[in-house]
Amino acid sequence: MNNQHLQVKQLACIRGDRHLFSELDIRLDSGQLLYLQGRNGSGKTTLLRTLCGLFHPDEGEVLWCGKKVTELGELFYKDILFVGHAAGIKLELTPLENLRIYMRLHELDVAEDALWQALQDIGLKGFEDLPARMLSAGQKRRIALARLLIDKAALWILDEPFTALDVVAVDLLQSIIAQHVSRGGMVILTTHQEVQLPDHQVQRLRLGD
Amino acid sequence: MFSSLKMIVLRDLMLAMRRKTEVLTTLFFFIIVISLFPLGIGSDKQILIKIAPGVVWVAALLASMLALERLFAADYDDGTLEQMLLIPQPVFVLVLGKVLAHWFLTGLPLVLVTPLVGLQYQLPDVAIYSMMQSLLLGTPILSLIGAIGAALTLGVRGGGILLSLLILPLYIPVLIYGSGAIEASMMAGAPVQSYLMLMAAFAIIAIIFAPWATAAALKIAVE
Repeated sequence: MNNQHLQVKQLACIRGDRHLFSELDIRLDSGQLLYLQGRNGSGKTTLLRTLCGLFHPDEGEVLWCGKKVTELGELFYKDILFVGHAAGIKLELTPLENLRIYMRLHELDVAEDALWQALQDIGLKGFEDLPARMLSAGQKRRIALARLLIDKAALWILDEPFTALDVVAVDLLQSIIAQHVSRGGMVILTTHQEVQLPDHQVQRLRLGD
Repeated sequence: MFSSLKMIVLRDLMLAMRRKTEVLTTLFFFIIVISLFPLGIGSDKQILIKIAPGVVWVAALLASMLALERLFAADYDDGTLEQMLLIPQPVFVLVLGKVLAHWFLTGLPLVLVTPLVGLQYQLPDVAIYSMMQSLLLGTPILSLIGAIGAALTLGVRGGGILLSLLILPLYIPVLIYGSGAIEASMMAGAPVQSYLMLMAAFAIIAIIFAPWATAAALKIAVE
């Protein structure tokens, strides 16, 4: 996991007539966390989606370990984990099935026991076999976040991960993120919650000023 | 690659089993549309045999349109589509998996109920047989071409109507050769094989180009 780095060079994104950001430079090394801050509509989500390759920048490029992500394509996707605004879970399926499908599609080698353990750790014990539609908003969010516990991706890209979570879950997520960073992982997130980490591991970026 | 493809197909089949109404709607729509014609026209065997190929194929086109709108829309709405675009596989694997599942749910059942149609229209056995053959070759083309339209109209308001306007004209060759094959089978000495071979050629072209076009449209849609 070490020696990996994400680099953003001279990135510019325009949506319609609005220049969201331009000449943006970022360098994130392993064991670092980047907070994206800014008003609503300042382009935080667009930036995160651009980093994942879901949105094409108007200028500039995103490099993963020195190679353009557009050229890496699927190889890059092995190394990232994205949790977006929408939870990305199927309400007809149970938490366990959602997690199992995620695991298979992302070609993760995770045992069935580990899936149960992940759901238990994220606080969904007893709800593993209920259709997700019956769960509360916070619990649905937890299903999406259970991915963090099974995916070994180096770079986590999290868009407002703390939304709809209760105090216990917020604490839990903070410790999961801190643990990932201390293991040498990378995290980019938009949030108003702080994660307790030493200063040299944290970067901040304000958009839209 | 194949394990991901299999997983996507299984996922969609599993989801369909959780909301059976959507699957059954297509099938019953097909059966009902086809049954309306004998009821309206009467039981004149000559007329029924004459219209059967066209009616069956038009009903198949419309039935396959029904579920098309939801092909990517449900996944788009809940964010699972963007998650699936980020799997370490080319996007056409995702498209192919979803199209395959769509065909299992809406194309294959039509092929299987065609003998029932044959009874209503008093068709000879050879016609029923070639009807099944032509539907077996033709319905995958409908799913493949339809997927392009479904991806292009993703996130557009009133996309359903737009989708029909976009896709139905592209279905015309399948309609002509599909019903042509059935008609030919009822005429002595007519070349059924050549109709079916042309449809097979369509299917091959569709399977090569449609997933690629759909993948490009999907990437634009999620932006």
